[in-house]
Amino acid sequence: MAATAERFELKLGKATRDAFGEALRELAKTNDRLVVVDGDVSNSTRTEWFAADHPQRFFNVGIAESNMVGVAAGLAAAGKIPVVASFACFLLCNAYDQLRISVAFPQLNVKAVGSHAGISIGEDGPSQMAIEDIALACALPGFAVLAPADEVATRVAVRAMLEHDGPVYLRVGRPKAPVVYGSEADFPFQIGQAVRLRQGNDVTIVANGLMVAAALQAHDRLAETGVSARVLDMPSVKPLDEAALDEAARETGAIVVAEEHLAHGGLGSVVATAVAGLRPCPIAFVNLGDTFAESGPGDELLEKYGLTAADIVRGANRAVAAKRQG
Amino acid sequence: MDTTTAAVASDARSDAPASTPDVETLIATARRLRRDILEMTTHAGSGHPSSSMSAIDVIVALYSGGILRHNPQEPHDPDRDRFILSKGHASPALYAILAERGYFGHDLLRTLRQTGSPLEGHPNMRRLPGVEASTGSLGQGLSIGLGHALAGRIDGRSFHTYVMVGDGEVQEGQIWEALMSGAHLRADNLTLIVDHNQAQQSNILERVLDYRPLAEKLRAFHWHVEEIDGHDMPAILAALESVRQVKGQPQAIVAHTVKGKGVSFVEADWTYHGRAITKDDLQKALAELRD
Ligand SMILES: Cc1ncc(C[n+]2csc(CCOP(=O)(O)OP(=O)(O)O)c2C)c(N)n1
Ligand SMILES: [Mg+2]
Repeated sequence: MAATAERFELKLGKATRDAFGEALRELAKTNDRLVVVDGDVSNSTRTEWFAADHPQRFFNVGIAESNMVGVAAGLAAAGKIPVVASFACFLLCNAYDQLRISVAFPQLNVKAVGSHAGISIGEDGPSQMAIEDIALACALPGFAVLAPADEVATRVAVRAMLEHDGPVYLRVGRPKAPVVYGSEADFPFQIGQAVRLRQGNDVTIVANGLMVAAALQAHDRLAETGVSARVLDMPSVKPLDEAALDEAARETGAIVVAEEHLAHGGLGSVVATAVAGLRPCPIAFVNLGDTFAESGPGDELLEKYGLTAADIVRGANRAVAAKRQG
Repeated sequence: MDTTTAAVASDARSDAPASTPDVETLIATARRLRRDILEMTTHAGSGHPSSSMSAIDVIVALYSGGILRHNPQEPHDPDRDRFILSKGHASPALYAILAERGYFGHDLLRTLRQTGSPLEGHPNMRRLPGVEASTGSLGQGLSIGLGHALAGRIDGRSFHTYVMVGDGEVQEGQIWEALMSGAHLRADNLTLIVDHNQAQQSNILERVLDYRPLAEKLRAFHWHVEEIDGHDMPAILAALESVRQVKGQPQAIVAHTVKGKGVSFVEADWTYHGRAITKDDLQKALAELRD
C-alpha cells in the first residue's frame, strides 16, 4: 500500500482492524466481563488475539451471523460485555433483524464490530465490501455508531465503546491506515464528539475513517489556492456532534462531507440533516454515490470511485462557490 | 407416564420448592390461565390465543410445577433459571403465568396491547420484569438462550435455560444455526421446547413447509430429544425434569400439542391463528373451560 502513503502524504500506520484487535486484547486483561463471539473470521477481524488469551471467553459459532448476534444478545442479557465481530457487510446485512430485535430493541450492551468496511479492502470485491453499514447501524435505535480514522483513534474508540453502557457499532478497515494522530493526547475523543484537526474559515471538511487522512491532504492543497479549510474528524456518526457542526456552519458557511460509504444514509446524510435543522448552508458530498465498487487494488478503487483528496478539494470548491452565490 | 413417575422425578430435585403443587392443581391452574388468555385477548380485541393455549400446559409445568428456579421478587437474580418465549406472539400465555406467579398484579392482564401498558403485543423485556427476551421476530430466542447458557458456564453458575419455539418458527434458518452451535458447544444447560401444534399462520405446517419428522432431525444435530404429549401434565413434568440431568449435550423436548387446546371450535380451525375470539363466542369458549 505504498501508493496510499504517497497519496495521503502521511506515514502509514496499522490497519484499524489491527488496532482494534490489539486494544481488545489489552483491555481484556483488566475487564473480565469481556467476551467475544465470532463467525469464523477471527483471523480477519483480529479477535483471534483475544481468543489466544481467553479461550474460555471466546465463542466461534461458525459461519452463522444471525446466531452469532443472538448469542451476543444473550450474553449481554446475562451481564457480559460481548464483542461480536465479523466483516461489516456480513454482520450488518446478514444479521440485521437480530441487531434490531435481539439487541437494539432491548438496548442490550452488545458491541458490534465490523471489519473490512469500505471499498479499500480492494481485490476481494463488492461482496465483501460494506458500503452501507453506517446507514444500517444508524437506523438501529439507541446504537452509537463509530468510525475511527487511524490506529490511535481506534484504540481510544474501542475503550470508549467498552465503557459506554449500551449497544455500539464500530467500523474498522482492512488496509493500513495513514497516521492522523501522533498520540492519544492528540485525540481527545468521547462518543458524540468531533475532533477539530485544522482551523479554517472558508469551508469545513467533515470526514471519518480513511477519509480523514484525505481531508488533511485536501486542507493543504486548498491552502495553496488561498482557501482556508477547517477539518473535523467525525468518528461518532451517532450521536453526532451538533455543536461542532453548528459552529462550522456559522463560522465557515460551507461544508463538504467525505466518507467511504454510499451516498444514502451515511455521514453525509446525517450531517446534512443536522445542518438543515441548525443553520442551513451549502454542503457538498464526497462518497461512493449509488453504486457497488469492483475488485482491484484498494488505492486504485479509491481513485476510480472518487474518494481522494482531489475529490474533496473539488467538493470544497463547489460548496464555497455555492456560498458565494448566496 | 403416570403421576407417580412425575412425582419421583420432582423429588429428585433437591432445591425444588417444598410445596410443589400436585398434578391436579397444575391442571386446574392451566385451565384457569386458559380463561385468562381468552379474556385478555378478547378484551384487547386482538392477539394470539390459540398459540398461547397450545403452549400453556408446558409453561404452567415450568413455572408452577417446581421446575424453574425463580423468585418473582428478584427477577434479575443471576442464578435464576431462564425461560425464553421465542414464539413471542404467545405472550398472553407468558403474561398469564407471570401474573399467576406474582411478577405483577392480575389486573394488569386487562391492559394487554393498550398504549402505556408493559403488556405489549409481543414481550418487551425492558418494560416487564420476568420477561427474559424481547421476541416477536421468530427464530431469535434459541440463540439468545444459548448466550445465557454460555454466560452461565463462564461464571460457573448452575442455572438452566429453557427456550420455547413454535413449530413454524423452526423453519427459520437461525434456529438451525443455533442448533448446530448449541450442540458443538455442548450447552447441556440449555433446553429447547418445540410447541409442535402442526399449524402456523397461513396454513397447517404440512401444507406450508413440511420438515417433519422433527425429533430425528434434532437427534441428527446431536441434541438429546424427548417427545411428549404437550398436554399431559405428568409427562411434561417428567421431561422438563429429566432433561436437566443430561450431561454433555443440549436437550430438546418436542411437545406434541393442539393449537387452541381447550376450546373445541378453536382446536378445529387453524384460521384462528392471530385472532381473538369474539365477545359473543367468549362465553361459549369459557364454558368449555369451567372447573
Ligand atoms: C420472522 C417472522 N416472520 C413472520 C412472522 C409472522 N408470524 C407470526 S406468528 C407466525 C406463525 C408462527 O407459527 P408457529 O411457529 O408454528 O407458532 P404457533 O402460533 O403455531 O404456536 C408468523 C408467520 C414473525 N412474527 N416473525
Ligand atoms: Mg405451530
